[in-house]
Amino acid sequence: MNHYLSLILFTPLIGALVLLLVPKENQTAIRWVANVTATVGFLLSIPLWFWFNPQGGDFQFVERAAWIPSVGADYFLGVDGLSTLLILLTTLMGCIAVLSSWNAITERVKEYYIFLLILQTGMLGAFMSLDFLLFFLFWEVMLVPMYFLIGIWGSANRLYSAIKFFLYTLVGSVIMLLGILALYFYAHSVTGVYSFDVTEFQKLNVPYNLQWWIFLAFFLGFAVKVPMFPFHTWLPDAHTDAPTAGSVILAAVMLKMGTYGFLRFSLPILPDATRAFVPMMVLLSIIGIIYGALVALAQKDWKRLVAYSSVSHMGMVMLGMFALNPVGITGSIIQQLNHGISTGALFLIVGIVYERRHTRELSEYGGLSKVMPVYAAVFLIMTMSSIGLPALNGFIGELLILQGTFVANKVWALFAGAGVVLGAAYMLYLFQRTMFGKVENPKNEHLLDLSHREFATFAPLLVLAFWMGLYPAPFLRRLDTSVQHIIARVNRDYAPRNAAADCGTAPTVAVVAANTAAKFLTSVPCDANGRPLPAGTGTDIPPAPAAPGAPR
Amino acid sequence: MPAGIALSDFYYILPELVLTGGALLLLVADVLLPRRSGNALAWITLLVLGATAAALVPFVNTHVEVSHGLLAVDRFALFFKIIFLLSAGLTVLMSVRYLETEGASPGEYYFLILCATLGMMIMAGGIDLISIFIGLETMAVSFYILVGYIKPSQRSNEAAVKYFLLGAFSLGILLYGMSILYGLSGTTSLRAMATLLAGQERDPRLILAVIFIVAGVGFKIGAVPFHMWAPDVYEGAPTPITAFLSVGSKAAAFAMLLRIFLEGLPTMSADWRLLFEVLSIVTMTAGNIAALTQTNVKRMLAYSSIAHAGYILIGVVAGTARGVSATLIYLFIYLFMQLGAFTVIAVMRRRDVAGEELKDFSGLSFRNPMAAFAMLLFMLSLGGIPPTAGFFGKFWLFSAAIESGYVWLAVIGVLNSAISLYYYIRIVVFMYLKSETIGSEPTVTAPLALVLGVAMVATIVLGVYPRLLFEVAEASARTLGGVAGLAAAIR
Repeated sequence: MNHYLSLILFTPLIGALVLLLVPKENQTAIRWVANVTATVGFLLSIPLWFWFNPQGGDFQFVERAAWIPSVGADYFLGVDGLSTLLILLTTLMGCIAVLSSWNAITERVKEYYIFLLILQTGMLGAFMSLDFLLFFLFWEVMLVPMYFLIGIWGSANRLYSAIKFFLYTLVGSVIMLLGILALYFYAHSVTGVYSFDVTEFQKLNVPYNLQWWIFLAFFLGFAVKVPMFPFHTWLPDAHTDAPTAGSVILAAVMLKMGTYGFLRFSLPILPDATRAFVPMMVLLSIIGIIYGALVALAQKDWKRLVAYSSVSHMGMVMLGMFALNPVGITGSIIQQLNHGISTGALFLIVGIVYERRHTRELSEYGGLSKVMPVYAAVFLIMTMSSIGLPALNGFIGELLILQGTFVANKVWALFAGAGVVLGAAYMLYLFQRTMFGKVENPKNEHLLDLSHREFATFAPLLVLAFWMGLYPAPFLRRLDTSVQHIIARVNRDYAPRNAAADCGTAPTVAVVAANTAAKFLTSVPCDANGRPLPAGTGTDIPPAPAAPGAPR
Repeated sequence: MPAGIALSDFYYILPELVLTGGALLLLVADVLLPRRSGNALAWITLLVLGATAAALVPFVNTHVEVSHGLLAVDRFALFFKIIFLLSAGLTVLMSVRYLETEGASPGEYYFLILCATLGMMIMAGGIDLISIFIGLETMAVSFYILVGYIKPSQRSNEAAVKYFLLGAFSLGILLYGMSILYGLSGTTSLRAMATLLAGQERDPRLILAVIFIVAGVGFKIGAVPFHMWAPDVYEGAPTPITAFLSVGSKAAAFAMLLRIFLEGLPTMSADWRLLFEVLSIVTMTAGNIAALTQTNVKRMLAYSSIAHAGYILIGVVAGTARGVSATLIYLFIYLFMQLGAFTVIAVMRRRDVAGEELKDFSGLSFRNPMAAFAMLLFMLSLGGIPPTAGFFGKFWLFSAAIESGYVWLAVIGVLNSAISLYYYIRIVVFMYLKSETIGSEPTVTAPLALVLGVAMVATIVLGVYPRLLFEVAEASARTLGGVAGLAAAIR
C-alpha cells in the first residue's frame, strides 16, 4: 500500500473529473456520481484508522517522490495521529456535505459538486503534506472552490462575503509563504541542502530572532484561518452566506487548517518563539472565547449565532494548545474534532430549516419540537455536545483543555471556564427560542420532520458524539506520539517535572487524560460549567470505557 | 579589433537569417497571392517562425561570441528566443479572425510581426551596445506601425502617435546614457566595459549614465513613472498586438536590461539595484492600485502588466543566479497567462461588440463556459494562486528576494499580489456570478481555440509540475556573464 494516501487524496479529484464528462442537464446522475465519490472517499479512508499504528514511528504511510528537484521540493506525504484523525474528519464531513446538498442545490449543480470535490482534495492534501511547499500549494488550492461555493450558491450578501473570505485568507497565507521561504533559506544555510522537508525543519534550532519573525508570519497565515480575534471578521459573513455544505466544510474542516498549522509547524519548528508568544496567543484566545460567546448571545440570525459560537470554540482550542502541556494540547486536538462534529451538525441543522423556510431569523421560529420531534432530538444532542455535557464528546475536549490550562495558569482557566458557561447560555437560549414554547408562526405548523437522507447526514455524527464522549481512549491513544513529539520540542522541561510529580512513572498522555476523564465522568456529577477542576495527575487505572449513567 | 566577418559567424546567426529570409519571402507572397488570403499568409508566418525555431536546435549547447563580440549565442539568448517565437506564433494565431473583423490587410501586419521578433532576438543576443540598440530599434519601429495598424480607428491612431513620440523620446534618453558609457570606457562591448569600468564606481558621470539607461529601459518594460504610455497604447492597439507588446516586447526589454546591467555594469550593482528596488516597489504598487478602478478589461490588464513589470524587477534586484532564473521563469510563464487573457478578449470581439468592458464579460460562463474557464485560469495565474503557473513564478521571485536579503521587497510583493487578486477576481465575478448578457454570442474559431488550449495547458502543467522549466531556466541564467561574478561580489 505504498500509494494509500495518494489514493485517498485523489479520489475526490477523480470524481470531479468524471463529473466533467456528465452532461449538466442530467442532475440526478451528477448527484449520484458526487455522492458515490464522496462515500468511496470516506470508505477508503476508514482503514487508516485501523492500519495506523499508535505505537509506531512519527509518520506513517510515507510517500516520497521528487517533484521540483532543483528547488528541493518533494511530493512528500505522511500521517501521524493528529493528521490521521483530521483526515478521517475531512472525508466524513466531505461525505456528509455532499449528501446534505441533494435538495438544497438546484442551480449549476455540476459546477457545485466539482468545486466541492476539488475542495476536498485540497483539504486532504494540506493534512497529508510533509513538504512545506506542497502544503502551501494545497492550502491555497482550497481558496478558489470555497470562493465559488460562497459566491455562487450563497445567500443575500454572498459576493461581499466571498471576496472578504478570499482576500483575508490570501493576505494571511502569502505572508506565511514568506515565512516558509525564510525558514527554507535558513535550513539551507545550516544543512547545505535545499529542502522543504517539514520533518527536517522540526529538527532545526532556528535562532530566536528569526524564529520570532517566522512565527509572526505563520501566525498571520494560521490565525486568519482559525480564526483568532481580531482576524475573525470574515468568518461570520462567510458562514452566514455560504450554502449549508459550504458552512459545514468551512466550520468542520477548514478552520482546523489553522490550528493544524500551529500544531504541525509553528510549535515544533519554532519552539522558542512559541513560548515567547504565549501571552499574546492566550490573550487573543481568551478575547475570542468571551467576545465570540457574548456576540453569539446577542444574535438574531440562527446561522450567525452558530458562526460566532465557532469563534468562541476555536478560542478554546487555541487556549488549550498554548497551555503547552500534553493534556492541554491533547484536549485542543480532541476539541478540534468535537468542534468539527458539533458545529458541522449545527450548521446542518440550520440548513434543514432554512431549506424549508428560507429564513434564518430566530424570531420566525419557535416550538419546532412539536412539529419536528426527531429534528429537535438531534438538535438537543448536538447542543449538549457543543456545550460539553458529560457522556458527549464536547465534555472530553473541554475538560482536557480546562485541565491543561489550569496546570499552566489558573487565571486563564477561569476565563476558559467562563467561556464554557457562556457557551451553555447561548446554546440553551438558542434551543429554547427555536424549539420550545408554542408554535406561534403559522408557517411553521406543517414543517416536515427529518427525511431519511437528512437523518443519514446526522447519524455518523451522533454515533461519533457518543463514542468520543463515552470511550475517547482510542482517539487519545492515536494522538499520543504526536503530542509527545510536539511537547518534546516546545516544552522540553515539561516531561521530567511531570514524571516526578507522578511518582516516578511517566504515564502517557493518553492514560493520564483518559483516566482523568473516566474518573471525572464517574465521580463528579458535573454541570456544564466544568468547575471545579480535579488536579491533573494520573493513577494506574487502565483506560476503560467510562461508566454509564453520567447525568443527562 | 580585427575587421571582417568570418563565415562561421553566419552559421551562428542562422536563426536570425532564417527569420529575415522568411520575412522577405512573406512580403513577396503577399504580392503574389490573391487578395483575401489572410489564412495562407498566417500559415506562412507560422512556418517561418517554426523554421526559425528549428534553426535554434543546433545551438542548444553553444556558448560563443559572434562577430567580434556583437552577439552572444548562449542558453540565455536561446531561452528568450523561445519566448519570442512562442509569443509571435500565438499572436499570429490570435490575429487571423481579428484582422478579418477589423478589415485590415494581413500582409504587412505579419511581416512587421516577424520584424519585431527579429529585433527582439537580436536584443536578447546582444552583448554590445550597438547590436542591442539596432535590435531595439528594429523592434520598436515595427511596433509603432503595428499599434496604429487599424487605420480607421481613432483609438489605434492615437495610441500609435503616443507610443511613437514617447518611445522616440525614451530611446533618446537611453542612447544618451549609452553614449556616456562609451565615452567613459571607450568601448561599446559590454564585457570589455565591465573590466574597464571597474574601480570607477563613484564617478558621477557613470551614475548619470546608469540613471539614463534605467529610465530608457524603464520605458520599455513599462515601469512607473515611465509607464504613462502603456494604458492608452494597450487599450488602443489591436488586441493581438497588445498581447505581443506586453509579452514579447517586455521580455526583450528585460533581456536587454539583464545584459546591460549584469554583463556590462556589474561593478555599479549597488546603484542600479537601488534604482530598480525603488522602481519595483513603485511600479507594482501604482500598477495594482490603478488597475483596481478600471472597468475596461484591456486597460485593466495594461495596469496589471505594469504591476507585473514591478514583480519581475524583483528578480533583477536580487541579481543572483536565482534572481535571474526567477526573471526568466516568470517571463516564460507570463507569456502564457498574459497572451491567454488577451486571447479571451480577442474572442469577445465581435462585429457588434468591442468586448472589452467588464460588463461584456457578465455571464460568460453560461454563454461560453470554455472561454470563461480559460479566463478564470489566467486570472488566477496572474494573481499567483496555485495550482497555476503564476504561483511558481511569484514564488521563485520572492524566494530570490529573500535569499538576497530583500525581505521588505518580498513583503511588498506579496501584499501587492493580494491586492491584485481583487481586480482579477472582479472579472471572475462578472463571468461566473452575474447572468445578464449583452450582444451576440462570442465564438471561438479553431486558431483561437488552439491559442487558448496551449496557454491553458501550459498554465496548468507549469503550475503542477514546473520541474523542467526550473532546470532549464537555471541553466540559462548561469550562462549570463556576470551572474557568477556578481553573486561572489554580494557575498
